[in-house]
Amino acid sequence: MAILEVKNLKKSFGRVEVLKDISFTLEKGQVLSIIGSSGSGKTTLLRCINSLETADSGKITVDGSTIFDSDSAQKLTKEQKRINQLNVGLVFQQFHLFPQHNVLKNVTLAMELQAKDRPDYKKNKKQIHAEIEAVAKDFIEKVNLSDKINSYPCELSGGQQQRVAIARALALNPKILFFDEPTSALDPELTVEVLNVIKGLKNSGCTMVVVTHEMEFARGVSDEVIFMADGVIEEHGSPEQVFDNPQSERTKAFLNHIG
Amino acid sequence: MFWTVTSSLLEGFAKTVEIFGLTLLFAIPLGLVIAFGSMSRIAPIKWVSKTLVWIIRGTPLLLQLIVVFYGPGLIAAAAQDLNSSNAIIQWVATWTGFDRFTAVIVAFVINYACYFSEIYRGGIESISKGQYEACQVLGMTKTQTFFRVILFQVIKRIIPPMGNEIITLVKDTSLARTIAVYEIVWNAQSFIKFNGLLWPLLYSGLFYLIFSGLLTVVFGKIEKKMDYFKS
Repeated sequence: MAILEVKNLKKSFGRVEVLKDISFTLEKGQVLSIIGSSGSGKTTLLRCINSLETADSGKITVDGSTIFDSDSAQKLTKEQKRINQLNVGLVFQQFHLFPQHNVLKNVTLAMELQAKDRPDYKKNKKQIHAEIEAVAKDFIEKVNLSDKINSYPCELSGGQQQRVAIARALALNPKILFFDEPTSALDPELTVEVLNVIKGLKNSGCTMVVVTHEMEFARGVSDEVIFMADGVIEEHGSPEQVFDNPQSERTKAFLNHIG
Repeated sequence: MFWTVTSSLLEGFAKTVEIFGLTLLFAIPLGLVIAFGSMSRIAPIKWVSKTLVWIIRGTPLLLQLIVVFYGPGLIAAAAQDLNSSNAIIQWVATWTGFDRFTAVIVAFVINYACYFSEIYRGGIESISKGQYEACQVLGMTKTQTFFRVILFQVIKRIIPPMGNEIITLVKDTSLARTIAVYEIVWNAQSFIKFNGLLWPLLYSGLFYLIFSGLLTVVFGKIEKKMDYFKS
């Protein structure tokens, strides 16, 4: 069964229709790249799946649980929405780290707040915090920042900040990790270190959806590629299909233009 | 004479500090409530808060002080003139009749809470949407987001304007003498009246100067302490 299922998703901002009937599925462990020019709706799609925007209609299912369904009569409560949110993780273009917290705290904060809901929290407080710290340190090591664990975001390069953001998202153990143009705010050198981390995650079996302008990365790392234009999926297939043998005219034009 | 003046001024200054401290104690949290009111999505709450801020910022503190102190009495007098025994008016007059010192605190707290609320609002609205979104995708509740992530960044941003406003408060306390609360300037002025001496008034300025100097140092230290991060 597909781990992500998006069905007939539609979203307008005022009169502008940003997503026009988007449907696709993604299998567990696969990496999907979404490409397309600015304003094609890629970011809005990601934001709808991560509940930062509410779609107008359609259905989104993650690992069997419905995150959004415009047909369902029952509205999700705030608490249900918050719990659904934890099925997915999102890494932003601008990182959005918490500036007043050091690297370790950035990664542990959300876990610590969640742990407070555990029935045994009061009893095993120290132990729980030690566990959380160990988990966080593991993820910080995964993104190669063990030596920066006590640094503050303003002391890090953009690439390092983005890697902290990745560790922060991973630590909550999301079923799918989404990236919204994770390297668009970075220099070419720093881009490489972030992309390497994402490649490493692919090897460890992480399901990921990456909105990106890095065509080479999309071709090299993804199992599937979606090309979006004007709020519709123009092309969806393996990287070879989309890059070497595109069917739609718009895809051809886009690839010619950037190639 | 110098010692008589000094001890009298010190006594007045104690009152000044008392007004200053109590005003801050209540105005700092009340300001946050008014700030949330001004940012509320519920229209009536928003407009009540905005109107309050407009009136309080748009009229002199001196007038507000007089209204708070004399207002209830005037209402009661008016009620008597009308020969009405309106229970509500009587009740308002009885329960809002403050003694002098309480009236000063009430007027100062309302006034400063309104000014603080605008500083808070500016600070809260200046935090990027991305911080809220990051918290949301990490599954934090709104309360957790505000208290664990947003508030500290807001505090860093509002320290300089708050410092400014708080130093203004030091000097505004001298308005309390208009309803005969014996703070430092009142005491200094009485030396003009009874001894024909002007210098105690100038001397009282030194107390203000030292106090606001101390506050400047304190605020500088706080700013420096929060320098470790940029937001």
